[in-house]
Amino acid sequence: MQMLQLMISGVAQGCIYGLIALGFVLIYKGTETVSFAQGELMMLGAFIGLACMTLMGFPFWLSVLSAIAGMAAFGMLLERVVVRPILGQPAFSIVMLTIGVGYTLRGLITMIPGIGTETYLLPVPYKDEIWTWGELVVNVEQFAIIAATGVLCLLLFALFKYSKLGIAMQASSQNQLAAYYMGIPVQRLNGVVWALAAAVAAVAGLLLAPITFVHANMGFIGLKAFPAAVVGGFSSLPGAIVGGLVIGLVESFSGFYLPEGFKDVAAYVVVLIMLMVKPNGLFGEKLRKKV
Amino acid sequence: MRFIFKTDYRQDIALAKHPGHVFWYGLLALLLLAAPWWLAEYWLAQLTFVLIYAIAGLGLMLLAGFTGLFSLGHAAFLGVGAYTHAALVAAGWPFLLSLACAAAMSGAVGVVVGLPALRVKGIYLGMATLAFGFIVEEILARWESVTGGNAGLHVKAPQIMGWSLAGAEAFYFLCLVITVLATLGMLNLLRAPTGRAFVAIRDSEISAQSMGIHLARYKTLSFALSAALAGVAGALYAHKLQFISPDQFNILQSIDLLLMIVIGGLGSVHGVFLGALFLIAMPQAIALGKDLLPAAIGQAPGLQAAVYGLVLIAFVLFEPMGLYGRWLKVRTWLQLFPFYRQGMFKRQKSFQKSDRLK
Repeated sequence: MQMLQLMISGVAQGCIYGLIALGFVLIYKGTETVSFAQGELMMLGAFIGLACMTLMGFPFWLSVLSAIAGMAAFGMLLERVVVRPILGQPAFSIVMLTIGVGYTLRGLITMIPGIGTETYLLPVPYKDEIWTWGELVVNVEQFAIIAATGVLCLLLFALFKYSKLGIAMQASSQNQLAAYYMGIPVQRLNGVVWALAAAVAAVAGLLLAPITFVHANMGFIGLKAFPAAVVGGFSSLPGAIVGGLVIGLVESFSGFYLPEGFKDVAAYVVVLIMLMVKPNGLFGEKLRKKV
Repeated sequence: MRFIFKTDYRQDIALAKHPGHVFWYGLLALLLLAAPWWLAEYWLAQLTFVLIYAIAGLGLMLLAGFTGLFSLGHAAFLGVGAYTHAALVAAGWPFLLSLACAAAMSGAVGVVVGLPALRVKGIYLGMATLAFGFIVEEILARWESVTGGNAGLHVKAPQIMGWSLAGAEAFYFLCLVITVLATLGMLNLLRAPTGRAFVAIRDSEISAQSMGIHLARYKTLSFALSAALAGVAGALYAHKLQFISPDQFNILQSIDLLLMIVIGGLGSVHGVFLGALFLIAMPQAIALGKDLLPAAIGQAPGLQAAVYGLVLIAFVLFEPMGLYGRWLKVRTWLQLFPFYRQGMFKRQKSFQKSDRLK
């Protein structure tokens, strides 16, 4: 029973990592760049949701929708203003750029008087509710995370597999120039990818907020989502979720069975082993350059 | 405009290409040697920090700027060096031997981290080094018998052959000597076959391999050298602060180091020093400007992060070659006056090239 309980909390935590990792994977799959600002986008999404609920008094669903829509618009704006001008520069430039964006967002949020420096609880309707099945106790918050992740993952999977937009994104990810020649508006597509990634980050932020509170530094959890993306393979959407689950479960079990301290580094140990054994991740594609 | 008339092949690899170099670097050396006499103690301490960061930056520049391998966990090497040195000095080892051991220990750890670099590239390597950085930080915090855990560790003032370097000036000269040695070593390395091999690997691994460069050996070597330099810097850092704790070597420190070389100018030795100056001068400038801003902005805890972020974004967008790149433009403008063209350093517009098939 304890195993099962640990497993559920691990899965719930893993789904959060998976959701943030989904953002990384989306951006990597769509534009072949890596965004280090994903955690900060998540933080911003949670803050927008909070502002909608408390300051403006929106009902729960409306605030969720407006947070997601607001973040999507912000993602598109970010792409237009800072990412597009350096399209085609080495991947490292974009890594540094997104690190800069993350720093800036984290700094700016603390400058909003009275809001940025405090810690808040997001007032969701399912707060503190508990379901019990026999001996098993499940937080509704954890269940919401698992369910939302599943739905989101299916939606994105369908988008990439069946819709014209998703297939265009895949093409542009593999070779932007060739995709452009085929009539795909690569730059506009990149904007859509960033919007999607920011929206996913907002969902992650809203789901995480009831558990860990909303504060300026909540974006650091994004650093734990990197291992998730790597374990799953950086270019695979289901891989991100699976990777997140692996990391979440490993963390939850090592926190219980291993001495103190292992919980914090378990994710990184897993990712190092993964990189040594199977650098492309569980679901990553294996490609080789032929000269 | 200066035209160098070459009469000897050795002029191609000479460190000082023309008399102007000798004059200006000589002047810089004089200024630095006289620094304790014309700088107040506080500024001398800041200058010492610039030198220490420059040593670490030289290491990271060798790895990132010249070999093209990015490390997001470089502070870990700094930490390994600092703790090794602190432990050995506390055990009564002589300073120089302990410093060498710190460098060797860091270098050895660098080799271990370099191993995944042989298999993974780009972002995956970044992940490996990031993960490694977190693990080292945790080990430093948990291995309390050696590192003192989160409570930190006090470091004694250095002594070389019974000659105490406790004073700020003596320590400054120690850092200066080590920095000069490291810089000259680096410049020499870069004009030697090994350095050329590093640059070849950065530009294209496949063509480097076809030219007979042993990728595994050179990548590992680059990691080892880079980590060893970071280790030396860590040891000096420990002495300068006289107190070390694991959170000084966390991810933010790693990002600071990266920020330093990117802002200084990736792929240039000058860039390291410009970046180090920037990194040390920036908090001072922010502290000065703080009072001029409205209280909500000036007193916000995230002000420094926001400014760093904005500066980083601005450099990546507008000046990808960093401060040194800006200086190159100014110098070219002066040399060509009045014939400088607007588009001389313009970047070519292109689409993202896939990294997956590298």
